[in-house]
Amino acid sequence: MKRRDFMQLAGLGATGLALPYAGFANPVDLDRLLDPMMDAKDKKQLCDIALNTTKSLGASYTDVRIGRYLNQFVSTREKKVQGITNTESFGVGIRVIANGTWGFAATNNVTAEGMKKTAERAVAIAKANSKFQKAPVILAATPSFGEVSWKTPIKKNGFEVPVKDKVDLLLAANSKALEKGVSFVNSQIFLVNEQKYFASSDGSYIDQDVYRIFPNIGVTMIDRASGQFKNRSGFGTPSGMGYEYLDGRAEDKINAPGGIILYNKSYDIIEDAGMAADQVKQMISAKSVEPGKYDLVLEPSHLWLTIHESVGHPTELDRVLGYEANYAGTSFLTLDKWQSKNFKFGSDVVNVVADKTQPGSLGAVGYDDEGVKCKSWDLIKDGVLVNYQAIRDQVSIIGQKESHGCCYAQGWADVQFQRMPNVSLQPGKTQLTPQQMIAGVEKGIYIVKEGSFSIDQQRYNFQFGGVLFFEIKNGKIEGLLKDVAYQANTQEFWNSCSQVCDERDYRLGGAFNDGKGQPGQSNAVSHGSATARFNGVNVINTARTI
Amino acid sequence: MAILSTEEAKKILEKALSFSKAEGCSLSLNGNDRGNIRYARNSVSTSGEDSNLSLGVNSSFGKRSGSATINEFDDASLEKVVRRAEELANLSPESPEFMESLGPQTYGAESKTYSEATAKITPEYRAQVAADSINPAIARDVTAAGYLQDSKGFSAIINNKGLFAYNKNTSADFTVTMRSNDGTGSGWAARDLNDVSQLNAAETSRIAIDKAVMSRNAKAIEPGKYTVILEASASADLIRLMLNLNARTADEGRSFLSKKGGGTKLGEKIVDERVNIYTDPWYDAAPSSPWQGDGQARKKMDLIKNGVVSTLIYDRYWASQKNVEAIPSPGNAIMVGGTASVEDMIKDTAKGVLVTRFWYIRAVDPQTLLFTGLTRDGTFYIENGKIKHPVKNFRFNESPIIMLNNLETLGKSERAVTSEGGGPGGGLNLMIPSMKIRDFTFSSLSDAV
Repeated sequence: MKRRDFMQLAGLGATGLALPYAGFANPVDLDRLLDPMMDAKDKKQLCDIALNTTKSLGASYTDVRIGRYLNQFVSTREKKVQGITNTESFGVGIRVIANGTWGFAATNNVTAEGMKKTAERAVAIAKANSKFQKAPVILAATPSFGEVSWKTPIKKNGFEVPVKDKVDLLLAANSKALEKGVSFVNSQIFLVNEQKYFASSDGSYIDQDVYRIFPNIGVTMIDRASGQFKNRSGFGTPSGMGYEYLDGRAEDKINAPGGIILYNKSYDIIEDAGMAADQVKQMISAKSVEPGKYDLVLEPSHLWLTIHESVGHPTELDRVLGYEANYAGTSFLTLDKWQSKNFKFGSDVVNVVADKTQPGSLGAVGYDDEGVKCKSWDLIKDGVLVNYQAIRDQVSIIGQKESHGCCYAQGWADVQFQRMPNVSLQPGKTQLTPQQMIAGVEKGIYIVKEGSFSIDQQRYNFQFGGVLFFEIKNGKIEGLLKDVAYQANTQEFWNSCSQVCDERDYRLGGAFNDGKGQPGQSNAVSHGSATARFNGVNVINTARTI
Repeated sequence: MAILSTEEAKKILEKALSFSKAEGCSLSLNGNDRGNIRYARNSVSTSGEDSNLSLGVNSSFGKRSGSATINEFDDASLEKVVRRAEELANLSPESPEFMESLGPQTYGAESKTYSEATAKITPEYRAQVAADSINPAIARDVTAAGYLQDSKGFSAIINNKGLFAYNKNTSADFTVTMRSNDGTGSGWAARDLNDVSQLNAAETSRIAIDKAVMSRNAKAIEPGKYTVILEASASADLIRLMLNLNARTADEGRSFLSKKGGGTKLGEKIVDERVNIYTDPWYDAAPSSPWQGDGQARKKMDLIKNGVVSTLIYDRYWASQKNVEAIPSPGNAIMVGGTASVEDMIKDTAKGVLVTRFWYIRAVDPQTLLFTGLTRDGTFYIENGKIKHPVKNFRFNESPIIMLNNLETLGKSERAVTSEGGGPGGGLNLMIPSMKIRDFTFSSLSDAV
């Protein structure tokens, strides 16, 4: 149900997107969002009760996460406020290793008594499961960091901005689109604050304050006569930033091919609403694509999702090893391909880096949810697969000693596990603009913004749509196309990558709601890239009649 | 213990309501105990339990409303949460779509959503389910990955117009994937139940093992239009996508149920006349709560009758705008099946593809309800009434509306588990038949196992 709610709000159709609400989020009033509730000293005392309890019961490792997860969601349509929701979820999750086996228990009763009982339950669960354990868990060592803290470097705390200002901004954006005669418009601002206190039997006490923001707009045009309707989503992106992301600074605007404006480190939602209104009308009357092979020029607001699905997921070690076999699936990037040291994932211009540190990204934190300091590392180097994404109980399997620091839980009631860090295509080393790239394309399509997406359980075969599709003929942008989707095999696709624009064109895209695991959890992740060219990709026409 | 009886819940709710000074006041009390076990690589990977009990208050003055929540239940806490909701209501902007609370409702027969057997699941039971799956996997040289989650909970609501409703619910959801150790075969099976005493984890695991063994070394055949036999899960994966019968989006012109030139397809035939889908909260094998969140009573009603759209879902606001009766969202959907078994349909097929389930289904065009996705965990080529050999997985681009116009045969209806949950229909308990469909569009091949 959560998934459906978000899809409707985001105007993205029926997809697997989920609201990143932590479990058991409750509606609360505004003042409570700004009240720190419990200080680090009290949290440490409570965590020590849990740590002592599990130790006395024979646990060999314990981590305790006291989490407070705040969300604010402001939503409007046309000239109306649809909803203002503030939620809070507060509780503790305790994870232990006993008899070489993981156990986990959680409660919203964050008191000395709740800590003790929940710690006992976690140990009891570990012991019950150890009867069927084939091999004991091996945890990579991590230093004790003592008492440390980290905060997203925001300039303006969105939770402190009056709701009226948010409503006014969204209604102004809606008006801009309605003035241009569109049928419907909806807009939202979604704010997240994760206040996470982590303590482990390794001796770390880590206090983190994490912020994210996602403003969006959906502009719909309906042509009753032809029975068509089209939706143009906003060109902003979910960001690991404060309210300053909505400043819409001139230096963050990009004059892109096709006469459109795109955004980098801040977003002008009112300007974008006006452009969306113009473009959604053109989308209705666009030419239906002729299926066949095209050279694709993929812009970062589109390419992030292709990177996410076809590079991010197959390089997750838990998938490679089979831990996700019953749900998200496994991976075609099997260990033998990595061990060969010459598996050509992509062409020589394909360099992909994983990180949890890029400023402004959704993945950026100081420490992951099992107390490991975050960093960046290579996944694909000059087209060759060189590493995976792995956490403390996995790295020994690939002969490494240090966790990559990408363990995450969506809330206190959820057990932490390997989640995708930011995974980004590095910009090209030669100077190249998107305009210069397009000038070299004879028959192609320039695709802007992510759309429909689907990929198989081992990440071989994918199909992606988009929002704006510009036809390229003999180096020039012609009009808009519609009914476009491209299909490819991951390895063939990345080996067809012939050019990547330089660092001036590098931008982040991302999502709040990457789903994985059972029970399912959401993870926020960004993907950076510059505009890139892929040669001879299969394009299908998606028009049907019912 | 987060499960309260009707009387216990009512006592807390009445006490809280007694503190209200607002024009409107609705309260909800919800409790849940959940547990799960997950295994992979023939070993348990994670397991846990969680518990939560909370009271939500919504107070209103005119069209202004405010909400607050608490998880403490002494008198002082109850009064505090009611006051806070009232303060927030006074500060809120007017909502143009605000609807006053409902008066007392009649909820028909007693709910069938709770099972004592499921409520009593222990960590040891969960561990045994994993063992019942892992041990036969090892014996047959395949690797098991599976997941069991169980939940017991209750919901109760009350308001100052005299409405009170209570329902308790249990669920046990089991899925298992078996992969051959050479990496060339994969099989899947699943059960969703309210009553866990009907779960036979060993039997469900055996089905997945058989499929994994049978699907090894799949051959590639050309993509194109094929006759397909969809097992119940595969049918449900696509049919759930057409169960979003929202009246408002249809009226607004942005739904597959909007009509060219204006109006909706209510009363029009959109699929084969053998397609009948209805909702019934008291359906034994897939029950739902007899009321939805705002207290509206659910009832048995047709959704698609003889291929014709017989109901669109009007929420209370949209119903008031259109001067029609509000219709609650279904909590389950039952598609009437035929008498054929999957084996019967295979025997009756000269050339076709048997599909266990679909995966990663995403909307391509909401106007035509075109979706894309892939087959997964057991796809087989049928020739002259027999399964000939496993085939590589396909990507499809298909609309359930087009598919149900190409219906050949309906199999038996059963409680069906969809692949990913979520999406329209994803929150519903479903009874869906296996079925044979002609001209199903497979657009490309996948190497995925």
